[in-house]
Amino acid sequence: MAAVKETIDTVQKLETYEHGFVSDIEMEFAPKGLNADIVRFISEKKNEPEWMLQWRLDAFERWQSMDEPDWAKLNYKRVDYQDLYYYAAPKQKVAPKSLDEIDPELLRTYEKLGIPLKEQMVLAGVEGAPKYAVDAVFDSVSVVTTFKDELKKSGVIFCSISEALREYPELVRKYLGTVVPQSDNYFAALNSAVFSDGSFVYIPPGVRCPMELSTYFRINASETGQFERTLIIADKGAYVSYLEGCTAPMRDENQLHAAVVELVVLEDAEIKYSTVQNWYPGDAEGKGGIYNFVTKRADCREPRAKVSWTQVETGSAITWKYPSCILRGDDSVGEFYSIAVTNGHQQADTGTKMIHLGKNTRSRIISKGISAGKSSNTYRGLVSAHARAAGARNFTQCDSLLIGKTCAAHTVPYVEADTAKAQFEHEATTTRLSEDQLFYAMQRGLSQEEAVALLVNGFVRDVLQELPMEFAVEAQKLVAISLEGSVG
Amino acid sequence: MLNIENLTVSVDDKTILKGLTLDVPTGEVHAIMGPNGAGKSTLGYTLAGRSNYEVTAGSATLNGEDLLDKDVHERAAAGLYLSFQYPLEIPGVPALTFIRTALNAQRKLRGEDEMSAPEFLKTTREVAKSLKIDMDMLKRPLNVGFSGGEKKRMEVLQMALLKPKFLILDETDSGLDIDALKVVSEGVNALRAPDRGMLVITHYQRLLDHITPDRIHILVDGRIVHSGGPELAHELEANGYDQYLGEAA
Repeated sequence: MAAVKETIDTVQKLETYEHGFVSDIEMEFAPKGLNADIVRFISEKKNEPEWMLQWRLDAFERWQSMDEPDWAKLNYKRVDYQDLYYYAAPKQKVAPKSLDEIDPELLRTYEKLGIPLKEQMVLAGVEGAPKYAVDAVFDSVSVVTTFKDELKKSGVIFCSISEALREYPELVRKYLGTVVPQSDNYFAALNSAVFSDGSFVYIPPGVRCPMELSTYFRINASETGQFERTLIIADKGAYVSYLEGCTAPMRDENQLHAAVVELVVLEDAEIKYSTVQNWYPGDAEGKGGIYNFVTKRADCREPRAKVSWTQVETGSAITWKYPSCILRGDDSVGEFYSIAVTNGHQQADTGTKMIHLGKNTRSRIISKGISAGKSSNTYRGLVSAHARAAGARNFTQCDSLLIGKTCAAHTVPYVEADTAKAQFEHEATTTRLSEDQLFYAMQRGLSQEEAVALLVNGFVRDVLQELPMEFAVEAQKLVAISLEGSVG
Repeated sequence: MLNIENLTVSVDDKTILKGLTLDVPTGEVHAIMGPNGAGKSTLGYTLAGRSNYEVTAGSATLNGEDLLDKDVHERAAAGLYLSFQYPLEIPGVPALTFIRTALNAQRKLRGEDEMSAPEFLKTTREVAKSLKIDMDMLKRPLNVGFSGGEKKRMEVLQMALLKPKFLILDETDSGLDIDALKVVSEGVNALRAPDRGMLVITHYQRLLDHITPDRIHILVDGRIVHSGGPELAHELEANGYDQYLGEAA
């Protein structure tokens, strides 16, 4: 398998975190701190309709009366919410009409990250190679979305959520907050009040989106929170595969990222949502790194809707994230495939919720947690069946791999059934990367790093297979890099 | 040529090998026989470079190259192959991937070009056929759920593909029925070559009926106490190790 080889080369070549550079771009900030005026400022900056401002203010009010959750197995210095910038945008007098009008430094940033923003560049590639439409979000705003026109031909709307609020306000209004309500949780409420940008996707009935859609999030500015909001709607019989990638510079301070992703899946529709999260994890002593507090939820609202979450989590100092599926429509299907890698002083508390409400709903959870260094990796998951969810089925497999002697892995599964007609299966394993296996692989010619990479790739193979091909290779490399130097 | 000189090895502060000296000329097959606990497997692990096997004195060289100051994978690239008594299971990694990754890692370390995928597949197909290994089996994760005989055949397949200069077979006959023993032995015999040496570690004479050694050495309590020709195996089978135990004391 060429990918394994590539992984090994990459491991040898790369520093621990290759995206740690800072771009020098002229920025516009809102004043530090959070109050109703800041919320108004953000809404005004984006020329939002009045109802949107009210919605934000409502969220802000609710947020003020809420407490930060403390039930997760995470230990971190609390965020001072008044000591943050809530809006940071590259300074640009008018909205760019084409790429030529965008700050070249910004384009270089994405180029460095290996993300193609120039459509002609993508098109000039190998014939027959898959095309990816990209929405690039830089700090608080979306800077460009590619292939918009081509997508429009098939009726697909793919743009920043700010643009959607201006161009398709009724669509946004109909679905925004219907999956993750403003007051859902502390971080979702905060996001609802101050979210600055994110992606919006609408796939019309019966349409299979002609290309993969992706969003790249980049936090650049210092002391700035990133609050993006993504809303994807797959109308009846539609299909879309969507991928998000995230990176940030290396900074000594902790940076806050509190995103909300809402997926609405209607009858016979399917959304495949993949994440490769590589936020800066902090340095070897545990200084700096991103706080990643994210609410992701999919609503299979109608019969035979299907959602598949695939996540590869290698970055962030703190991860608090539970992409979930509400299986409301009869015969709807939810899937969650996860690889979570923690090294150094990283802490992850992540998993999923499968809420079976409809009849004959099915769900599948495959979670692979890898802990190394002094890190802590917790799987937390809920599988529940409502009284009317007869015939509901779930299969959960939760595997943890420990590398070294100073890391921890925890598994916290909650299983609740209000009907006797549901069938839930749970399998879990915890293994240590064995000295014997390493020695065996090394005796055949692999260095220690190569042996770890090969064995770990084997451990996560079930999940990698769920990712779009190109990203599987990327993810495989990422996992290996994240574990560099983990065996002493 | 493998030269071992006065090799002294401890594991967890217990001395296992106590000044072992042994030469295996290139092109020859030597056998090490001895009672349980004599240090047979320790010898294999030490030469391969396993951690916790601490060399406190002595030396070991392969074709003049010092083995002991090299890392495990560097020894492998230098041409040393240890066939495991209990081959490890590698979940999620297809056998083909594992072997090809190892082969190319060795080649890279030696400054050679990688073997292309088609060439690798072609070679593998031929070797697999001679060992009665189905190609479909090589698409499965290495050794996971394989029988004892299948695992040993995979060990022989790997040695045939990696083409080492020196082979150490650690109790290769353990867990094999008579048919599997035949296939495995034939595979090993096919690898006998004027430019390759072998050290066969075994407790029983049974394996040596199939792989006839040029010399047999008897290892007792961390030292070679007696050496002789292939006839020594049958003598041991008849009389056991008792006569040598006194010599070690």
